[in-house]
Amino acid sequence: MAAPLPTPGVGPSPEQEPAGACASCALAPSSARLARLGLAPGRYDHVVALAGNPNTGKSTVFNALTGLRQHVGNWAGKTVARAEGGFSYGGTAYRIVDLPGTYSLLSTSTDEDVARDVLLFGRPDVVVVVVDATRLERNLPLVLQIRQITGRVVVALNLVDEARRHGITVDTRHLTRELGVPVVATAARRNEGLPELLAAIAQVATTDDPPKPLRLIHHDPALERAVADLAAQVEARFPGVPNSRWVALRLLEGDAGIEEAVRSGTLGELATPREAA
Amino acid sequence: MTDLLDEAARLRRGLSDDVGDRVVESLYTDAARIAGTSVDRDDARARLTVDRALDRVLTHRVWGFVAMGVLFFGVFWFTIAGAAVPSDLLYVLLVENGHAWLRGIFDAVGSPWWLTGLLVDGVYLATAWVVAVMLPPMAIFFPLFTLLEDFGYLPRVAFNLDRLFARSGAHGKQALTMMMGYGCNAAGVTATRIIDSRRERLIAIITNNFSICNGRWPTLILMGTIFVGAVVPPALAGFVAAGSVVAVVIVGIGVTLAVSWSLSRTVLRGESSVYSLELPPYRPPQIWRTLYTSIIDRTLKVLRRALVMAAPAGAVIWLIGNVHLGDASVAAHLVTALSPLGWVIGLNGVILLAYLVAVPANEIIIPTIVMLTLTLGANTLGAAPGVMLELGDDAQIGTVLVTAGGWTLLTAVNLMLFTLLHNPCSTTVLTIWHETRSVRWTTLATLLPLGLGFAVCALTAGVARLLGWA
Repeated sequence: MAAPLPTPGVGPSPEQEPAGACASCALAPSSARLARLGLAPGRYDHVVALAGNPNTGKSTVFNALTGLRQHVGNWAGKTVARAEGGFSYGGTAYRIVDLPGTYSLLSTSTDEDVARDVLLFGRPDVVVVVVDATRLERNLPLVLQIRQITGRVVVALNLVDEARRHGITVDTRHLTRELGVPVVATAARRNEGLPELLAAIAQVATTDDPPKPLRLIHHDPALERAVADLAAQVEARFPGVPNSRWVALRLLEGDAGIEEAVRSGTLGELATPREAA
Repeated sequence: MTDLLDEAARLRRGLSDDVGDRVVESLYTDAARIAGTSVDRDDARARLTVDRALDRVLTHRVWGFVAMGVLFFGVFWFTIAGAAVPSDLLYVLLVENGHAWLRGIFDAVGSPWWLTGLLVDGVYLATAWVVAVMLPPMAIFFPLFTLLEDFGYLPRVAFNLDRLFARSGAHGKQALTMMMGYGCNAAGVTATRIIDSRRERLIAIITNNFSICNGRWPTLILMGTIFVGAVVPPALAGFVAAGSVVAVVIVGIGVTLAVSWSLSRTVLRGESSVYSLELPPYRPPQIWRTLYTSIIDRTLKVLRRALVMAAPAGAVIWLIGNVHLGDASVAAHLVTALSPLGWVIGLNGVILLAYLVAVPANEIIIPTIVMLTLTLGANTLGAAPGVMLELGDDAQIGTVLVTAGGWTLLTAVNLMLFTLLHNPCSTTVLTIWHETRSVRWTTLATLLPLGLGFAVCALTAGVARLLGWA
């Protein structure tokens, strides 16, 4: 029996879970089964974005969730176009978008721009970041960058089977605490950990109080001051923007895409409450 | 809203120039700290050394290429050796018995001769041929190729070829799109989206056709088996046949590099970009899953496409073979008209007509050639026009092509070269147009390979005739 996933921000306070919802889970566990909807989700309640470094098994996770058979190969950069599909879990329909694999969101290539725009302006209900358990250190910068944008994140620590074979173990509880979002160990090729992943997705999708975007501390007083200063002004200009510090940082670096969003005012849309579709 | 940008610019001036580096640095410091406290590795070293040892051979400057040759040779040899028996079985079942049986039914219900001809001798026969010729090699080749891909070998090929591509002024990622092209050129052309520079992307699109696609492997394998393999003792036939296919692949890579080089020196001038290629870990391939997906997804998909194309092509072949203008059929007129050109490039009128009929899909070239040869050459063999001869196996296909079609080794070798060098199929042409949105580049991508094909085949034919080989 897997321990319940620690989920900061959605603490198990009694009024958080309506009694009815819980009772129905307990009475009808089959309703929480996965139904793969392939290409045509039709009506959907939540949008899930699938991000991650190249060649971490994003497409495999995508296929496992949607029942589609998108071509999977052991090489970086084979998912070129953005793939979309759907699945339903626990009576809720999800639309899932497979983003191109990127190492960062610093906007140095078209792929990174696509991924960044979907994550920032598409405002998915859940971002699943697929991470290679055998190369955690190289995968974490992307996780941290996504965490700076949003708290609606689930980390799928994929390829744990390979990690096991290589004698690598990752402490998911510790990682969960560090990142402030659920971390689920998966081996998508063998459908290992998928039930736990689905549960975590459902939970993040339905929470009204996601973790705050991560505040990374830069060990440079001048930079810290500038970020704080500009973030305050971003918030003054666009009240309610959840990730003002990240926006400020991007503006300080002269990110053309974000500058454009400021100019056109699209950045302000991030402040409006998300609609439960 | 621009005051916010001005403010950002003002604050930026107050910072050192390397803000970006500082930000990235703190990201990586945090990542390293978190990874350091979450990851526990005991005997990770041992595994990594296996990967490293493999890489030392497979990406070696010399041995890397040797290993590449041996692996691809092995894949083709397996395909050729393994496909022979099932191919013959399918042939007897579908083409010989199935055709006779279906014809019997049509005769029994009193169908008019032209209907029987169109549906049974045209549509059915063409589709039956496609299944018999294509299914076995595809069912063996695709899983083997996918296993190599699953294992993590393809990025190593890209790594090996990277230097060559960079030297020819192209993007290193072109090696990856080329690999995709070995499955399907349309997919390969779409895959060039991973290349950011437009110049390098166009080079990759134009040269993708030099990767032999699904539809063309069976032609090469069949030609290699029945003509090239036949000139050596039977014991060596399989090796020589596989070797001839590998040789065509190598010629294809050579042409890709040469054309990339000339394009980047002429119409698409520019520097080649730098990029980083991640070599993934070697992963034990999932054999059953690979077998399943490559048979269901690739083999059946390609086969379905071939069948959809073969059915109308079969009707066209029967019609041009049986509709007469004056004293000869339409096909005969066309073949006569195309024959001089065919002779010059060491092929013949039937092959060129087949390439016209098969523009929608390369898959149906061989069946089209055989059916046209039989329809037109039937008189010389004493059979009634439009009636299929009994062909037992690959060797008999060869006999028919030699006796009724007048083929020589030169015809087969040139057909193999022409298979590599001719216009892309209509799907690929359409994809190129979609990706480039340019009539000019699409035309170039279509005609350049065709022109090269004519030139190379004319050259080999000329040399072979000069030296008295043909």
